[in-house]
Amino acid sequence: MSPILEYRDVSKVFFKGKTQVHALSHVTAEVGDGELLAIVGPSGCGKSTLLNLTAGLMQPGTGEVCYRGRPVDGVNTHVSYVTQKDNLLPWRTVAENVALPLGLGGRRMSKAERAERVAHYVRMVGLEGFEEHYPSELSGGMRKRAQLARSLVYEPDVLLMDEPFGALDAQLKLVLQAELLRTWEGTGKTLVFVTHDLTEAISLADRVIVMSARPGRIRAVEHIDLPRPRDVFGIRFAPGFGDYFDRLWSALRADLHQGQEI
Amino acid sequence: MTEIAARPETPAPAKDGADDEVFLVDPSIRARRRENILVAVVRVAIAVVGLLAWEFASGRIISEFWISSPSAVWAALVRFVENGQLMPAVQATVVETAVGFVVGAVAGMLVGLVFGISPLVARILDPYFTALNSIPRVALIPLFILWFGIGFETKVVFAATLVFFPVMLNTFAGARDVDRDLIDVIRVMGATRLDAVRRIFVPSALVWVFAGLRMSVPFALIGAVIAEMFTSNAGLGYLISVSANQYDTGGSFAALLVTTVLGLLLTFVVSVLERRALRWRPAVD
Repeated sequence: MSPILEYRDVSKVFFKGKTQVHALSHVTAEVGDGELLAIVGPSGCGKSTLLNLTAGLMQPGTGEVCYRGRPVDGVNTHVSYVTQKDNLLPWRTVAENVALPLGLGGRRMSKAERAERVAHYVRMVGLEGFEEHYPSELSGGMRKRAQLARSLVYEPDVLLMDEPFGALDAQLKLVLQAELLRTWEGTGKTLVFVTHDLTEAISLADRVIVMSARPGRIRAVEHIDLPRPRDVFGIRFAPGFGDYFDRLWSALRADLHQGQEI
Repeated sequence: MTEIAARPETPAPAKDGADDEVFLVDPSIRARRRENILVAVVRVAIAVVGLLAWEFASGRIISEFWISSPSAVWAALVRFVENGQLMPAVQATVVETAVGFVVGAVAGMLVGLVFGISPLVARILDPYFTALNSIPRVALIPLFILWFGIGFETKVVFAATLVFFPVMLNTFAGARDVDRDLIDVIRVMGATRLDAVRRIFVPSALVWVFAGLRMSVPFALIGAVIAEMFTSNAGLGYLISVSANQYDTGGSFAALLVTTVLGLLLTFVVSVLERRALRWRPAVD
């Protein structure tokens, strides 16, 4: 697998109001084309910063972030970004929100084609019948589904997801994880998934990276050789899952106290 | 407040229970319906009692010369209609109000948007606009008469100066209030600068703009009427002041009543437009 994303000795400092935040320190990593990578770490460890750098919304302090071998030096429109925050446009219906990326910049397609594409992805995330609803009329899980449809609709090569299921209840989380896997498996798209939930990371990913508390460094990398297609409801009982969990947990544990204080 | 009464009392029943009897018997629905009736009845009662008290007091407790009476006001209203004074006056005031409103609102939205997009310009001009806004607007009328004459223009300009500031300040606030994360998100999706303004900036600021517009409808009417009272031979303001000058309190009240109804109507029109443009907002009540 050739790397689609490369982080070469990336460090980053930014300002949050007046305080300096040292978010990342000498991070070097690669993401293979078509890989599902999960990044786990204590809260505030620079996971989101890594995604912001990948999307080109921030520039690295040192080192470089490369997309297909070329440094990212502006907004990276080859990726699609599902942020932690809910950010559907409240004045657009579900269908209009999903259609949004198709009308931006230079993208042109016929009305019929656009409608078909929107319908396809709305169906994929299970929102048929809610096309004309506004975000304020949807539940949290449905808003997440709509966001997912909106990020998939323009078929980018890389999907970045920042704790997409963080705020949902446990059952809904499992359902959406299953749907995400079903959607992703077989597409050949690259998916970078940030989470603070170790079980979620192992269930979904090909590879899990554990990051340390701020400033974020890579503490451990683990290939997850569990068979696909996976069943997120049962995989935690699969042989080997416990070993992965133990190893990653011991890497994660060292920083938990520090992380929670931030 | 009236829209609460206008809204359907029962929520549309779900598909699976189209005629579920719970919608007929649930105490919360009955309580809501009873409250709506109570509100309507008490509102009418207040008007009736008020008018009766006024009619009774007039001539018995306070001289009719000062406070007129509902029947005298009604008679004056009929007189205005019959001698052909009312409709031209209403027409003149409505046209002045509407044109003044549009001029002030458009100027306010443009300046507000420029300020919102460029915080630097806003920072430079801020003290000047604050100073302009604190001028007692009525004090400008003599100057406006000097500049624009005693005709239509003076009323329009005066109404526009009253409308301009609330609309400008609201548009500015709305443009500043735009969620920068939304802009980041659509930039990653490939949006150009123009896309960002069109898809995020304008719709997002619209909530604030409409709040400003709704607030300034009465200002436009007030502006037109005040300007008419200063200098005119037409319009409701003229009718109010000319009646008062002739000690015709009934006529004054009648013209005032028409002005009030006009203000309510104009506000209602803008509210309807607002609700249509901002359909996406969750219902608040």
